[in-house]
Amino acid sequence: MIRLEHVSKTFPNSTTPAVDHVTLEVPEGEICVLLGPSGCGKTTTMKMVNRLIEPSSGEIFIGDRNTADYDPVQLRRTIGYVIQQIGLFPNKTIEDNICLVPDVLGWERSKSRARAAELLDMVALDPGTFLKRYPKELSGGQQQRIGVLRAIAADPPVLLMDEPFGAIDPINREIIQDEFLKMQARIKKTIMFVSHDIDEAVKMADRIAIFRDGRLVQYDTPDNILAHPAESFVSDFVGGDRTLKRLQLLTVNDAMQHDPPRVTAEDTLETAAAIMAEHGHQAIVIVGPRGRARGYVQLSVARGGKGKVGENHETLPTTVKPGEDLRTAVSTMFRHDVSWLACIDDEGTFKGYVTLRSITRLLSEAYRDG
Amino acid sequence: MLLPKSPMTCRKIMEILQYIISNWALIISRTGEHLAIVGVAVGLALITGVPIGVAISQNRRAAAVTLYAASILVTIPSIALFGIMIPILSLVGQGIGYVPAVIAVLLYSQLPIIRNTYTAISNLDPALREAARGMGLTRMQRLREVELPIAIPVIMVGVRMAVVMNIGVTAIAAYIGAGGLGAFILRGISQTDPRQLVTGALAVSVLAIIADFGLLGLQRLLTSPGLRK
Repeated sequence: MIRLEHVSKTFPNSTTPAVDHVTLEVPEGEICVLLGPSGCGKTTTMKMVNRLIEPSSGEIFIGDRNTADYDPVQLRRTIGYVIQQIGLFPNKTIEDNICLVPDVLGWERSKSRARAAELLDMVALDPGTFLKRYPKELSGGQQQRIGVLRAIAADPPVLLMDEPFGAIDPINREIIQDEFLKMQARIKKTIMFVSHDIDEAVKMADRIAIFRDGRLVQYDTPDNILAHPAESFVSDFVGGDRTLKRLQLLTVNDAMQHDPPRVTAEDTLETAAAIMAEHGHQAIVIVGPRGRARGYVQLSVARGGKGKVGENHETLPTTVKPGEDLRTAVSTMFRHDVSWLACIDDEGTFKGYVTLRSITRLLSEAYRDG
Repeated sequence: MLLPKSPMTCRKIMEILQYIISNWALIISRTGEHLAIVGVAVGLALITGVPIGVAISQNRRAAAVTLYAASILVTIPSIALFGIMIPILSLVGQGIGYVPAVIAVLLYSQLPIIRNTYTAISNLDPALREAARGMGLTRMQRLREVELPIAIPVIMVGVRMAVVMNIGVTAIAAYIGAGGLGAFILRGISQTDPRQLVTGALAVSVLAIIADFGLLGLQRLLTSPGLRK
């Protein structure tokens, strides 16, 4: 846990504070993204946690201990630190870069080297290939993976990340972000993460802290920030398409109608038409004996038609999985020119469906509540 | 290759070669004296110059003053420097000989070593310094683990410059009785003996070239493979 209490910083030769009475708490195991335009004090706030910048006033706690009680050098060894420029040491091999903090902490060599190999495995870089290489032999994306590994090598409970993926091309950035989230699900560090990119913040954060002119203007979950910006600055900063951004945070499962009516291939068209009429649906999904989605029948076809459903069905143009985010679902709908999608799980079992209407309703709920 | 044009020139070259062959032991021992001066002085210059270079990288004003002073030192002609030192060092009975020669070379070596150390340290990528600081390395650990290893190739260039330049300066130190290969040149001039003159000049040049190549090898050895181009 990281807790800031009324922390301020005024730099020498300046009258206005760079950080002004910031109070916030990052709960154990969560990612807090500090977000805001350049010069808003987010980086200064982060650097006060490991005392690269000393606060002018206020207190910062890691766990129960006040950071002011530590020797700064000792403090920093218990906090992982990742910077945008990566800063791998070019004179050291990947192995020695990763092991630097364990080495200064006096770990046994065999233990730290084993740890380096284990960490490389975690990001799918082959230890045999990479341990003895030098940073210049790695691509930017690989280097930043090593940068992150180096920060967590000594297993610090807390991690500070200063725009860690900012210098990586968009395609690799997505991949590294996903990889990092997967890693975080395992290692559960308490992370303070500086970013100026709202999309990155929405994706990475458990909580977002929005800064403006050194003040913390809103601290909340990504969905609440997007749904209920505290002031016009926040809504401007998160962008006019903020509601669309929320799509990323919600899964198909949230908007899905669970266990809707369904028919089998043996049912007659009359039965299908009756069920659709009863529920007000325009189409109905056909399932096989083990509940797998086989296709669908449209109301226009079923009404007045004769025979079995199985003889008149159409195949589903596409499907989604319950775990996918709504942005993907909506994009799929637009691409196939449909207004609903059948949701099937990994085994192919029909779970329900999601419609544009159910998505709109879900998104607007947050506004009605507020 | 220029071929000797007359039998006269031919004979002179033979005489010089003969001199070199028959005085081989003397050449070796004077080379030893020469290296003792340059080696000890540049070694001392490393011990003083590198810390000075590191220290002044913290302060722009101090850097400007120090580098200016070191530049002025180099502009003093060596023969004048020897002259100045005679009365001063005579107070401790060392007016001429080995000690003033070493001091002169030590002074001349300061500029290339301090300047190159300073340049290498102050041009270090700020991201590396920030990463090292953020990871919890002390000032000394940052120097040992990061800053100096990265600075080594540049510092070594300074050392090579100092060594080559001062192999020449040391030749002149023969005038104040410091020995070394300059003694051949000095005798050659005073005795109008081209054999000694050429032998001395040749030996000084060859020594400078060999020393430079040797140090280049050392430089490569000391440079991390991660820093090689």
